[in-house]
Amino acid sequence: MKTLIAVLTVLSVIIAFWYAACLPMNIKGVLTEAERAGAEVTPAGAKERRDLGEFGLVLDNRFAIPATWAQDRPRLPAPHQVAQELWKTTGAMVLKGKMMSKRSLFYHGWVTLSATLLGFAIGTGLGILLAVGIVHSRVMDMSVMPWAIVSQTIPIIALAPMIIVVLYSVGVQGILPKAVISAYLSFFPVVVGMVKGLRSPDGMQLDLLRTYNASTNQGFWKLRLPASMPYLFASLKIGIAASLVGAIVGELPTGAVAGLGARLLGGSYYGQTVQIWSALFAAAILAACLVALLGLIERSVLKRMGMGA
Amino acid sequence: MNIETTTQADATNAVVEARNLDLVFPTNDGPVQALKDVNLTINKGDFVSFIGPSGCGKTTFLRVMAALEQPTGGEITVNGMTPDEARRERAYGYVFQASGLYPWRNIARNIKLPLEIMGYSKAEQEKRVNEVLELVELSGFGGKYPWQLSGGMQQRASIARALAFDADILLMDEPFGALDEIVRDHLNEQLLKLWARTNKTIGFVTHSIPEAVYLSTKIVVMSPRPGRITDVIESPLPKERPLDIRDSPEFIEIAHRVREGLRAGHSDD
Ligand SMILES: Nc1ncnc2c1ncn2[C@@H]1O[C@H](COP(=O)(O)OP(=O)(O)O)[C@@H](O)[C@H]1O
Ligand SMILES: [Mg+2]
Repeated sequence: MKTLIAVLTVLSVIIAFWYAACLPMNIKGVLTEAERAGAEVTPAGAKERRDLGEFGLVLDNRFAIPATWAQDRPRLPAPHQVAQELWKTTGAMVLKGKMMSKRSLFYHGWVTLSATLLGFAIGTGLGILLAVGIVHSRVMDMSVMPWAIVSQTIPIIALAPMIIVVLYSVGVQGILPKAVISAYLSFFPVVVGMVKGLRSPDGMQLDLLRTYNASTNQGFWKLRLPASMPYLFASLKIGIAASLVGAIVGELPTGAVAGLGARLLGGSYYGQTVQIWSALFAAAILAACLVALLGLIERSVLKRMGMGA
Repeated sequence: MNIETTTQADATNAVVEARNLDLVFPTNDGPVQALKDVNLTINKGDFVSFIGPSGCGKTTFLRVMAALEQPTGGEITVNGMTPDEARRERAYGYVFQASGLYPWRNIARNIKLPLEIMGYSKAEQEKRVNEVLELVELSGFGGKYPWQLSGGMQQRASIARALAFDADILLMDEPFGALDEIVRDHLNEQLLKLWARTNKTIGFVTHSIPEAVYLSTKIVVMSPRPGRITDVIESPLPKERPLDIRDSPEFIEIAHRVREGLRAGHSDD
């Protein structure tokens, strides 16, 4: 109960800040519109106001405050505007029985989600394989790890169009290029976490297996792999969020017409800031759901393994 | 200094024979002589304690017997083989200071770990788990996870794990070091019973003089820098030892001799 109150307090402070931020962000646009509609604005003339401070303008034109939260194309939409748009493109669609129509965020979310999950699966599989190789082979440790690190220093925004163009030229398009970008972002945390996890058994644990004359294989299946599970899940949570970012970024360079990335792109073409923000929130909510789902799987797996506290 | 070489043992009865054993660890601060000129014979059925201050090479000697360290000089045989051959033949069970139980396995499955690795049949695994659980008085705890057990019970489970397969040597490195004295007394008593029932040869590292005297048929006193044996005491105590034997004159005399040995080792610095 106490935590609930604390959480709600933090949430309401954030929302209050957000509403407050709408004032200076949107005031100039609002005043221009108001003047055009014949309202008395101080000072008059958009040119006069161009170099004035936003806070001063808000104070001099208090009548315009409600309008900063109700513009059609605000610089910064107010929370309720984003919430309304989200409802219009999700729940309202479902009520109308058009859950998978082109205007529904469920449709766009699913397009992105499918690429995210495919990419996440590829990235996780690849990451685990690389980690196993790195832990068991010194050569792989020294040759693969540096490249894995370098791969993550290249901005994905620069790399994504190249990946898409290269794959297109060999006839691969659709979901796969997006999934490849997703995999590219998600394999790295899995490699790092898995290497750490597979190496987590201490010297005593390894000595114990030596006294049993256990093979490397047995050591892997009976000790290293189960010991790595908590590390793997920590990595998967980072990996799935990275996968989602990858899928969205993968939708940008193609000018895709479907997917959360497409909604972002479309919104920015037409100055539909409310649409951009609602797509952003949809992406964030999707990411939170995916991470939470992994958390549930983690708890049940670790509990079944006897490691759940 | 009084180095006693136990040459009286006949070769067929000897389980471990160390001759002029040396071990030098190369470290960043220069070489560390962990063992110097160690001579020791352990006979079948012996309960041998290694006692001495920290850093005198007790652990190192146990690890050499277990082929977890390579000596840099001298010779050592275990069951007439090199330690590594003995390790491959699974000649010994090793109990570390920490129980090292896998948190993701319950007690029964922890005990099955060596049995799975060594390829015992499922039925045989069940049978042995029940046997050793009874031996360490943990019957009924097979389904519990390690964190559900006290430290003493965890350590007993790790002993059970080392007893589950057919190794006739049991090597124990301060297995009760982290436990309080009352638990320790109880475990010592149990360990003696277990030794009597299984007739294993036991190598046991300890810091505690009463523990060493109470448990052992042979007490090896060691001293540090360089790690070496300063005294080997054959205990005249009977095999049957109730806890109150610790108040007997014989017990006190042996304890006195161990203390003297430890002091002699120290006055060398
Ligand atoms: N792996 C190692 N590398 C370097 N020095 C070691 C290593 N293991 C032990 N030593 C050194 O060897 C000496 C004996 O150690 P150890 O056998 O652990 O003593 P004890 O068990 O009697 O306390 C100590 O000086 C210790 O620092
Ligand atoms: Mg030690």
